[in-house]
Parts: sequence; structure tokens; C-alpha cells
Amino acid sequence: MSESYLELVCPAGNPAALRVAIDAGADTVYCGFRDGTNARNYPGLNFDPDEMAEGVAYAHARGRKVLAAINTFPSAGGGEPWRRAVDNAAAAKVDAVIMADIGLLDYAAERHPDLRRHLSVQASAANALSIAFYRERFDVKRVVLPRVLSIAEVKALVDEIGIETEVFAFGSVGPMSEGRCFLSSYMTGLSPTSEGACAPASHVSYRKRDDCVESCLGGVTLNRIAEGEPAAYPTPCKGRYVTQGQASYLFEEPIGLNAIDILPQLKSAGVTALKIEGRQRSRAYVEQVVTAFRRTLDALAAGKPPPRDHGLHAIAEGGRQTEGAYKKGWR
Amino acid sequence: MSTAFPASQLTLGPLLFHWPKAQRRDFYFRIADEADVDCVYLGEVVCHKREPFFAPHIEEVTARLQAAGKQVVVSTLALVTTDAERAEIEAVAASGALVEANDVACLQLLGGRPHVVGPYVNVFNEGTRDYLVRNGAVRIVVPVEASARTLRVLADGGAGVELEVQVFGKQPLSVAMRCYHARSHGLTKDGCQFVCGLDPDGMPAETVDGQPILTINGVQTLSVGHGVLLNELTDLRAMGVGAFRLSPQAIDMVATAGIYRAVLTGRLAPDEALAQLRDLTGATPYVNGFLHGREGMSWVEPAEPALA
Repeated sequence: MSESYLELVCPAGNPAALRVAIDAGADTVYCGFRDGTNARNYPGLNFDPDEMAEGVAYAHARGRKVLAAINTFPSAGGGEPWRRAVDNAAAAKVDAVIMADIGLLDYAAERHPDLRRHLSVQASAANALSIAFYRERFDVKRVVLPRVLSIAEVKALVDEIGIETEVFAFGSVGPMSEGRCFLSSYMTGLSPTSEGACAPASHVSYRKRDDCVESCLGGVTLNRIAEGEPAAYPTPCKGRYVTQGQASYLFEEPIGLNAIDILPQLKSAGVTALKIEGRQRSRAYVEQVVTAFRRTLDALAAGKPPPRDHGLHAIAEGGRQTEGAYKKGWR
Repeated sequence: MSTAFPASQLTLGPLLFHWPKAQRRDFYFRIADEADVDCVYLGEVVCHKREPFFAPHIEEVTARLQAAGKQVVVSTLALVTTDAERAEIEAVAASGALVEANDVACLQLLGGRPHVVGPYVNVFNEGTRDYLVRNGAVRIVVPVEASARTLRVLADGGAGVELEVQVFGKQPLSVAMRCYHARSHGLTKDGCQFVCGLDPDGMPAETVDGQPILTINGVQTLSVGHGVLLNELTDLRAMGVGAFRLSPQAIDMVATAGIYRAVLTGRLAPDEALAQLRDLTGATPYVNGFLHGREGMSWVEPAEPALA
């Protein structure tokens, strides 16, 4: 494959999805081990060390890359699984590890100095000083930027930080400072930051009412959804709450992030890579999204008009899409 | 109560809500004159736009607190993105004051100098704790999500750092780029008209079926109930936690400090303290689930199993 317009970084929830993503044109895939060391610790997902090594071999044979997400915060006195995950990632010859915890970054930099380190969005590094902290101390080579910045803000950061940036291109809109949100554990007792599952399915339930369906997390009613109304997976930040006597999507509407129409602006801003979300999604989803972005990137690289018939709006969260903070920011 | 523990510090955390400047100044004057606390955190944590309101009074409030023998720490913003926000934390870091860093950006500025790590920086394990101690942390205020199991490891002696835990007040759950106070009033963040000032204890948010669930404070979301760790104080001290934070609410914080001090010094039993605190806080629910490894919004009675 020739040099990509922007590096396309795609989700691989399991070995089959990894092959689908690679075959559909991912430049890079990211995946996690099958435990709480990554932020998508959902049943039936992820890789054991052998599968990780096989995935890396499959990707490398085709000139592509694999990143290992080890991006939760190790538990106190119980850091062994996280250190082992870093060791296993190095042994599997992944191209980089994606991490957020300061102590774990320190371990990786000491123990595996040649293993490339990326800073996870879970580190919530939204400014040049924070990024400098991780770059100077742990030689982080790339930062995954929080999806709360406008293109102008992204460009200003790129100009200052001197390392690669990766931005979210397709998936959820996340208004909260990621990695520092305790809303899900407030309602479920299980922590996304430490245990790797926001709104775990074990705590999600639905109640049928006469004129609607209620979605619940823990014992908390997060939404009432009328028939035919768009709805998002019931994470706390996608619920309806009553303030000022009115029910509303207080934090964020049920809407998906899709940056496919602003890729030239992201490239001009100096962005290195695009991140597609969805390690918990189906292989068909991965194939469709990766294919759409691959065709668009290839058209842009060739100076041709990008295809308009990618159909991505139909699979966006809630069936609707937005360019999130990129165009106007959240001022 | 055993007296084998070192003296416990009682601290007053930064005011998280947007109070009128005169009220805020008078609040701190009364704290200086009357409150039995060892340390007071000043400074704006939630929204940079609020800073100018209190800035003219910072100097006199600091002087009054210090004259009363209280340590003063300057707290910084939990989320830093704009140039103005960055300039603000750079100014605080350069001021020579003892600073509480609430974003890694501030840790970058304070590296090599003694400082406090605030509860908005994720410190959940000993590896991160030890790294931050090497970076100059003299006190770490743990995130509210931390369980007793986590605290027991973090507070283990020999790390050369004091641990602080919030034991009263609504618990901060998240910070965001978007201002939910403004959004609730149909306004933008830039044109917010400071509507957060309408709610001195934050704006309640209920579920669609009427359950009070969250508190909105500008870009910040907090628990709907006060985090109250009174039954747990003895255990926390035994673990080695050295400082206990009261987060300011629009109630009598001097009396609140008196209640906690009385429990810390063994003059008041926790159940009596809870009854007295209830008189001050009215009907606001209490929560303590995070410490017990449960849903943060839950309340665990002392009859239930002791801290794991």
C-alpha cells in the first residue's frame, strides 16, 4: 500500500475483526488483552497473548501495524496483570502500546525502552503542557487527543507539541474529560478507569412501558425512548435528565461522531492518524466503516473527489451524526 | 479512640461553586476566624471565567487565613485547554505558593518543587504515587472513586507523602468541555451569563422518573448527595490517611468542621456526629459507596462488613 493520506487506525475487538479491518484497508489496528487492562473489557472481546502475536504476524505480513491498548489504571497492590500485558505486548512485537497510567508508562519506559509508547485518550491530555509531561518523561511518540477540541485547537497543539497526534474520526461524541469520569461507577460500582467497562452490559436493563421503553443503568433510569426515536447505548452521559423542570439530553444527544467530510482540514492541521472507534462492534460494522474511510483517503491521496455513497450515517450512533467539537468547539 | 495515630489534619477544600464575591470573601473570613481547620485550599478549580470575580480578594483572604495559623494552598483548574487557562496555571505555578495541581499540565510546571496533587489527577496505584513523589508531591488528594482497598495500599507508610481524602461534601464525578449549566438555560458557554451563580450548592438533576441523581456545577458534575465519611474516619486514620477534606457547601461549614474535629479527637461518636450533621445539611442524601467499593451513589451502614 502506498503512503496513506492519513494513517487509518481501526478497532479489532477480536482476531476475526483484526483480519477484517486489515483486509478492508486499515493501516493500523488496535486491540487489547482479555482482561481489565484495556478500556473495552467486555465479555467475548479481546486477545490472549498468542492471538495477539498471530494478529501482529498477519498485519506485518501485509505491511500494516498493530497497537496494544493497555489503557486502564492499574489497581493498587495489583499491578501485575498490567505489567504482564506490557511484557506480552513487547513479546508479541506490537508496533506500540497505548497507555494512560503514569506508573505504568514509567514501567514500560524503564523495562522496554524500545517499545514505542502512545498516550491514550484516557490520560485526558488536552493541552500542550500535559502532553509535554508525558513526552519528556516517558518519550511518548504519539498522543490520542480528547474529542473535545476544535480543528483550530488541534492545529495549535500539533504546532507546539512536536509529536504525532491521533484524533477520533468515527464513533461516539464524548463531552466528558475521558479517563476522569466516575459517572458509571457512581451508578454501577464498576469503574471504567480501573476495570475497563463503562456502563457494563451486566448492569444495563430495559423496561417496556405502554408508550415507551425505559433504559436503566444500575438502578438508575437513564432514558425514556418513544417508539422510533433515536437512542444511544445507555451510558450515563447519553441519558435524559430533568433540570429546570425539563427533561433533556443534558450532556450529549444520541448522535454519532463522523469526521469523514473534514479529513482535508484535519490533514492541514497536521494530524497524523485517524482513530475509528468500535472494538465492541460487529465485524460487519468494522468492515463498512473501514472500507468507507479507506476509499475516501485513497481518493483524497489521488486528488480525486471522495465518494459520497458510503452510507455511514445509517450506522452512526442514534442514526444521526455530527462533526462534534471539530468545527466550532464547545464554547 | 486510640491516640497512636499522628495528629490528623482537617482541611477545607476549594470552593467548587460560583458564589457572589462578597459572600465568598465573608465565608473565608469566618473560616479564618472561627473554623477549626488546619489548611484551606483557595482558587478556582471548575471554570476559568469565574476567576476575575474573586481575584481582588485573594490577597486579603490569604493573609487573614495565615494570620489565623492556617496553611493556604492554591488550587488550580481541573481541565486546561485554552491559552487563558494555561496562562492562569502558569501564573499560579510561578507565584511561589504551595499549589494543588488538578491537571497533569500543572504537574509539568511544578515538577521538582514541593506541591500537592489534587483529586482530579488519577492516582490509583503505588507506581503512580511513587513517580509523583519523585516529581515533588508532598501530599496526594485521592480521587473520590478510590476504594478503601486502594487507600490502604496508597497510605502504606514509607512512601514519603501525606494522603488526603474528602470526607464531606458533594463528590466530583466528572469535568467536561461543555457547560451544562449554560446548556440547561439554553445558553452557550461563551455567553453563559454566569447562570451557575444561581445555584450556590449546584443545580440538581433528576432522572426522568423523578429520582434526584446528580448535581450540575458549570462544566462539572457531582454526586447528588454529600459524601459523608464519619463512620469510616477511625479506619482511615488507622490506614495512615493523614488529612481529611471538607468540601465547602452552602451550609454552616464552621459547625461542620467542629463535628469532624470532635470525631477525630474522640470527643464525639460517629452516630452522634451524623445526627448533628443532619441538622446542618437538611434532607440532602448522604453517600459513601465509593470507599466501600460499591456504587458511589449508595450509602453503606456501619453494621455492614467493615472496610475490605
